[in-house]
Amino acid sequence: MKFGVVIFPGSNCDQDLIHVVRDIMGKPCEPLWHKDHSLRGCDFILLPGGFSYGDYLRSGAIARFSPIMQEVIEFADKGGFVFGICNGFQILTESRLLPGALLHNRNHQFICKNVSLRCETDESFITSKLKVGQRLTIPIAHGEGRFHCDAETLTSLQDNRQILFRYCDEQGEVTDAANPNGALDNIAGICNKGRNVFGMMPHPERCSSSLLGNTDGKLIFDSILNTVLA
Amino acid sequence: MSTRTEELTTTETAAKLGLLPQEFEQICSILGRTPNFTELSIYSVMWSEHCSYKNSIVWLKTLPKDGPHMLAKAGEENAGLVAIGDGLACAFKIESHNHPSAIEPYQGAATGVGGINRDIFTMGARPIAQLNSLRFGNPAHERTRWLMRGVVKGIGDYGNAFGIPTVGGEVFFDDSFNVNILVNAMSVGIVREGETVSAISKGTGNPVYIVGSSTGKDGIHGATFASGDLHEDSHEDLPSVQVGDPFMEKLLLEATLEIIRTGAVVGMQDMGAAGIICSTSEMSAKGQHGMEIWLDKVPTRQANMKGWEILLSESQERMLVVVEKGREEAVEQIFAKWDLNCTQIGEVTSGDRLRFHMNGEMLADVPAESLVLGGGAPVYEREYREPAYMKLNRAFNPDSIAQPQDLKSVMQHLASHPNIASKRWVYTQYDSMVGTVNMSTNQPSDAAIVDVRGTDKALALTVDCNSRYVYSDPEQGCAIAVAEAARNIVCSGGEPSAVTNCLNFGNPYNPEVYWQFVHAIKGMSAACLKFQTPVTGGNVSFYNQSKSEQGEVPVFPTPTIGMVGILPNKSQRMTLDFKAEGDSIFLIGSAQNDLGSSEYLYSFHGVKNSPAPCLDLDEEMGVQQVVSDLIRNGLVSSAHDVSDGGLFITLLESGMPRRLGFRIDTDEDFRKDAYLFGESQSRVVVTVKPEQLDAFVELLAESDVDFTNLGEVSGDSVVIDGIDYGQVHEFRLAYDNAIGTLMQDH
Repeated sequence: MKFGVVIFPGSNCDQDLIHVVRDIMGKPCEPLWHKDHSLRGCDFILLPGGFSYGDYLRSGAIARFSPIMQEVIEFADKGGFVFGICNGFQILTESRLLPGALLHNRNHQFICKNVSLRCETDESFITSKLKVGQRLTIPIAHGEGRFHCDAETLTSLQDNRQILFRYCDEQGEVTDAANPNGALDNIAGICNKGRNVFGMMPHPERCSSSLLGNTDGKLIFDSILNTVLA
Repeated sequence: MSTRTEELTTTETAAKLGLLPQEFEQICSILGRTPNFTELSIYSVMWSEHCSYKNSIVWLKTLPKDGPHMLAKAGEENAGLVAIGDGLACAFKIESHNHPSAIEPYQGAATGVGGINRDIFTMGARPIAQLNSLRFGNPAHERTRWLMRGVVKGIGDYGNAFGIPTVGGEVFFDDSFNVNILVNAMSVGIVREGETVSAISKGTGNPVYIVGSSTGKDGIHGATFASGDLHEDSHEDLPSVQVGDPFMEKLLLEATLEIIRTGAVVGMQDMGAAGIICSTSEMSAKGQHGMEIWLDKVPTRQANMKGWEILLSESQERMLVVVEKGREEAVEQIFAKWDLNCTQIGEVTSGDRLRFHMNGEMLADVPAESLVLGGGAPVYEREYREPAYMKLNRAFNPDSIAQPQDLKSVMQHLASHPNIASKRWVYTQYDSMVGTVNMSTNQPSDAAIVDVRGTDKALALTVDCNSRYVYSDPEQGCAIAVAEAARNIVCSGGEPSAVTNCLNFGNPYNPEVYWQFVHAIKGMSAACLKFQTPVTGGNVSFYNQSKSEQGEVPVFPTPTIGMVGILPNKSQRMTLDFKAEGDSIFLIGSAQNDLGSSEYLYSFHGVKNSPAPCLDLDEEMGVQQVVSDLIRNGLVSSAHDVSDGGLFITLLESGMPRRLGFRIDTDEDFRKDAYLFGESQSRVVVTVKPEQLDAFVELLAESDVDFTNLGEVSGDSVVIDGIDYGQVHEFRLAYDNAIGTLMQDH
């Protein structure tokens, strides 16, 4: 089981992800350069957070055209596993590997803070070790994280249990007050219909070590290993 | 070959460029002829206050520079460098970007962040943390809120995209900053000892490269602009403000660290103030060589730029790199990988002349040494005298202040005062967690604790300065800034190591302003000697004042202290939050009947003139040593120093994270307001578990430091002398939301 972390110019959470996969999960991890045309035999592709190509246009809008993304799209279309976090999620929606879009936050500010997430389904590779309704504390750090899609898509996401995480309060209630960025239906993370492509705005790699005082994020990486290796 | 002399200059041209008549004469004598416009422009920026430190260097040299961990002394490199063990060193520096931010807050603050980070990675260190120290005017003014929104967004957008966490800082409001705000940014990086790169140029025939962004017309004469007063028409100086591109900076960081690993780099310096001319002259003077530079080879952003514009441009995200001849390809390949400009624009020569050419024509021919600090740049001793207001400060009599009957109104006032309330509206706009080394996100402490990955160590980082204290008494106020920084590090489990400073003052030609400067330096020296925290460098920003109909109005003098501390073992980090009901609360250090310069006196009673709070450096050192011993022996569960807002705010801040209340008693020997809200120094609040009380008391009894059992962690309310003042959570709502409400309401 080999992970690959794509590095775009402007990625800045790439090393954090590599650290978690290699040093905390103890799995091999290959950095993949944006100009490359090969996934180097990786079984699970991670798209990190950051500001790919500066993101001056619209987050992820340029990254989708990079050489490596053509490989990632082909890989995902064949059922390969792809997981995007923050900017990675934005790139996945821009690439149409995931439905919807990530708009500017409701308050038009960048927001970095711990938020509460409610697990909405355990039927996914990244939530398999969680219980439905389980509350996690995971930080967000984004300016464009307000998930949006049309009504039809939302219904389809709900019907197919593609919503993985929703923002909630400390008691686990999904409320508007607990929605940090104004995301539609408090959506924080989703997967595709084929359940092989995953995206979330919060950063599990930032809370996967006891040194940082929070290991809720590690549950997501544990889930991946649990399912993929099972 | 001779220099063009068609456009000879005069003292009038010199005056327009900010040079004094005697400075013009000195330039003529150095060159042995009258300079042309390009040459005069060169001297005007290099001899500006910003680049030459001409009015401050005499006093800066009196600061303590030696310490057990020092690897590079002040002024030797782009930033200070201290050894942290395990073969690693920490490079760190703080710098101001005040004038640009007062005119164009977003870009001014953003490029301040860019500049300070380049100072760190140009040495070969990878930045791992950023901090900032901000001063704004009255938040009731729309202009203040506009400036604050812009500055915070500018710092956030640049730092967040660059991808280095902002782990700490301070924000302070006072009317004295209504026009001239202060924006000080600090960056901290890690480098393997012996793998640093110097800002030096040597080796005749070695090629000189410019790398990174193209050069545009932004920021021309920015250094001169930063060395003058802000005035009504300052917004017309907008082209003096640079524009930042954090994406370019991120690429430049990665490419720069990669070329250093090739071993082909002779020397490197980032381009900040005064652009190409500053980097070429400082590197050449340091290496005692000259340079031929062909300005027409510099990649430009717009057509038809004149030679002197290219020379003086302060376009951001650029570096000057001297490469070992024959190894150019290794360097060029790396920049090609990152899709960055990498263009040879000259070569190193023997001798000491800097010659700048444009399309085959020589534009300037000047000796490098004559331009730089420590070389030919002027050095002035300025006169100073005590400001008249100091008499008023000394005349303050605490007996003139009636004790308030309603203590709760004071508590509410302080908890929701913008100077004391939570700065979350500011810091949630900064990415504080990228890099996954910020150990303070979920475990708050007085200084930010940053993991040094791959070692047992962590760094403790803080920026501190209470501008009001320094105004009240520059010497004592500045000593307090150092003492508080050290105390913050000690309370977090660290050992104070070294200091970088950012000296923000008014016009140095005003003797009363200069008196503030001189005395602040004296206070800093005394305190830095006491804590063995040498000053590794930093920056001086004069002319922080505004001209109005009332004349010049200087800002509160603000010598910001950035301090780095080391935790030999990260498991010894200490946090500030109360942990459990039943833990005893102790005050370490002596209470005082002191109201001086407290937020309580200044904003609740409206008393603007009073002395700085009490500080005795010996007593402070004693308190810090005993707190350090207590932490090392595992005898305390929390430690939080007493600072702005006094003992009450300290207790509240310790209670808020876990919504724990406290029950304490005051001491009848002191005024109750001074005991609870006074800001006298050298005090720390700690909590102790019941089972550790005996060992705790034993350790303290062996020291000669005063300590008082105040009470215990209890329930969820604030109970003082048996009176319940309300729930901690209720105060927390006011504390958390005060600044956000202020920013939204208008």
